[in-house]
Amino acid sequence: MSRSLGKTAAAEPTPSPLLEVRGLSMRFGGLLAVDTVNFDVRRDQIFAIIGPNGAGKTTVFNCVGGFYRPTTGSVTLDGQPIHHLSSHRIARLGLVRTFQNVRLFKTMTVVENLLISQHTQLETRLLHGLFKTPNYRRAEAEALERAVFWLDKVGLLPVANREAGNLAYGQQRRLEIARCMITHPKLLMLDEPAAGLNPQETRDLDRLINDLRAEHGVAVLLIEHDMSLVMGISDEILVMEYGRPIATGTPDEIRSDPRVIKAYLGEE
Amino acid sequence: MRRVLPEALLAAVLTAVLAVPIFGLRIHVDGIDVSLDRTPTPVIVAVVVVFLLRLFQEPLRAGWARARLSITWQHPLADALRRTRRQPGYRALPWTLLLIAAVVWPFTASRGAVDIMTLALIYVMLGLGLNIVVGFAGLLVLGYAAFYAVGAYAYALLAQHFGLSFWLSLPIAGALAALTGFLLGLPVLRLRGDYLAIVTLGFGEITRLLLNNLNVLTGGPDGIGNIPRPTLFGLEFGRRASEGGATFHEFFGIDYSGEHAVIFLYLLGLALVVSILFVIDRLQRMPLGRAWEALREDEIACRSLGLNPTVIKLSALTLSAVFAGLAGAFFAARQGYINPESFTFIESAMVLAIVVLGGMGSQFGIMLAAIAITALPELAREFNEYRMLAFGLVMVLMMIWRPQGLVPAVRPRLELPERSEPAP
Repeated sequence: MSRSLGKTAAAEPTPSPLLEVRGLSMRFGGLLAVDTVNFDVRRDQIFAIIGPNGAGKTTVFNCVGGFYRPTTGSVTLDGQPIHHLSSHRIARLGLVRTFQNVRLFKTMTVVENLLISQHTQLETRLLHGLFKTPNYRRAEAEALERAVFWLDKVGLLPVANREAGNLAYGQQRRLEIARCMITHPKLLMLDEPAAGLNPQETRDLDRLINDLRAEHGVAVLLIEHDMSLVMGISDEILVMEYGRPIATGTPDEIRSDPRVIKAYLGEE
Repeated sequence: MRRVLPEALLAAVLTAVLAVPIFGLRIHVDGIDVSLDRTPTPVIVAVVVVFLLRLFQEPLRAGWARARLSITWQHPLADALRRTRRQPGYRALPWTLLLIAAVVWPFTASRGAVDIMTLALIYVMLGLGLNIVVGFAGLLVLGYAAFYAVGAYAYALLAQHFGLSFWLSLPIAGALAALTGFLLGLPVLRLRGDYLAIVTLGFGEITRLLLNNLNVLTGGPDGIGNIPRPTLFGLEFGRRASEGGATFHEFFGIDYSGEHAVIFLYLLGLALVVSILFVIDRLQRMPLGRAWEALREDEIACRSLGLNPTVIKLSALTLSAVFAGLAGAFFAARQGYINPESFTFIESAMVLAIVVLGGMGSQFGIMLAAIAITALPELAREFNEYRMLAFGLVMVLMMIWRPQGLVPAVRPRLELPERSEPAP
């Protein structure tokens, strides 16, 4: 771990990247789902991973987030190696994610969803809650206030008391993002956030992501198929195919990269 | 009708096949002669009932639905009910009335009835406790009787060897059961679903076997007797006081009556149930309770938000064990005698049945189910033989028609107050 740290510091004098992924590989039996992927996400950066279906994008997410243990390679968040940690510990270090198929707590209300994600910051000691100590009441009230703030931000305040499972799909997506943001993450990972959204909702999402970065200083790592969203929003793009990274660069570079065009459109 | 008829016939035939060996034959022992008696009547009744029910299932359902609709929409009483439902004090009122009724009831009821209700209260405690793991956290635990046993033996042994009173032993029994739950959960809660059920099933049996064979400590199959009854601030409920003790009837200058002890035990059980209800109600609204439910809904989402699933499950199992421990100590105090036979797998299954029948996560439903399951067989003794059979039947029917239980759980939803100001 000290090796990778030292190397980065020597290579670039600029502040070390927020997330460093080095030589990441993930093997499921005979299938090499992810093959030696390297990339960096800088603070305040919006970084996108694109590629055809089955390219291994979500597997990369799962490795970075601790849901899979990578076969080889290292992942470093803010200088701390995290590839051996379990997912909930990684989340506490400030790396949270949304899911390709929205994973809300469906039978709970929208507000409750936002309270659960603040669990680690709340007064959870048993006796405090049983006797409703002032500490406990204050923590709960503050948590509610934060929830209201984020609901307002993503435009869900009018449906705050609905069951999360009864929201429209676009609303569920936004709630999932709010649920992540309320934990004050350093890095937000979005797995196909625009999937299933209509063009208007996609434009709103575009604005929301930019806004999160500008106002809340969060870096964003996203997987997306919607090219208009990716090209418009990303600072840097990694293209994957069959588990291998085939190109990295700015949207303009990616757009004109022959390998990418080949992967997406096939050869002449 | 043409479509339903063959189905109804099939159901009737199946019932006959199932019912003949269970109802239709009875082993008749006459001296050394053993013969099989044929008793066709119950089989015929069962077949006819199943056939008719299946045949008229749809009209019956439609009628029931219509009846329900008319109640919910047209009846003025329903309107009034709905209006009171919105009043803030609505939640407290029925509970208060129920509590008052429960406190007054033993003074009017027969001694036997009070005794049975005390037993039912023990099952209410167990049901409420198991509901934490099964209903809230969604973990299937099949060895709940083990924690119950720990509580009971804790009190019995503490009283026997150290002469500790019930009141001192009660928290210790709870704590020991909690410790057991914690130690069991530590390695076991990494397992999911069925595996957890199997391991806890094994744990329950191991505990019973230990109690059975650890003669030196537990008295083996003979159990432990002469467990002291609980006292009221040191006042005993016997006819004569033990050395240096005082009795309840002498202190208050009333005639001795065996009923005092029975009623006292009942009220003690009631107090325990009420405090357990209070604690669980608070727990449900606390971050911890929310986390249990969130974990049941989606463990992966929980992990992605930094919640440690092992810790949360462990807390559910530990707290659940506490209540079993308390119920166990109370059971030992009520019986005055315990042996491993009281803590078999059937006991765990009974408690689980109570939780499932009542409605997972539903406190009120569980109380109803506990009372029904303990009180009904006691009231109708002849029915006792068919208890397990009826149990199975009820469970199967419930799973088909009402999987959410007698009284489906209503979550205490946390809601924002109406029109709260948007944050700055």
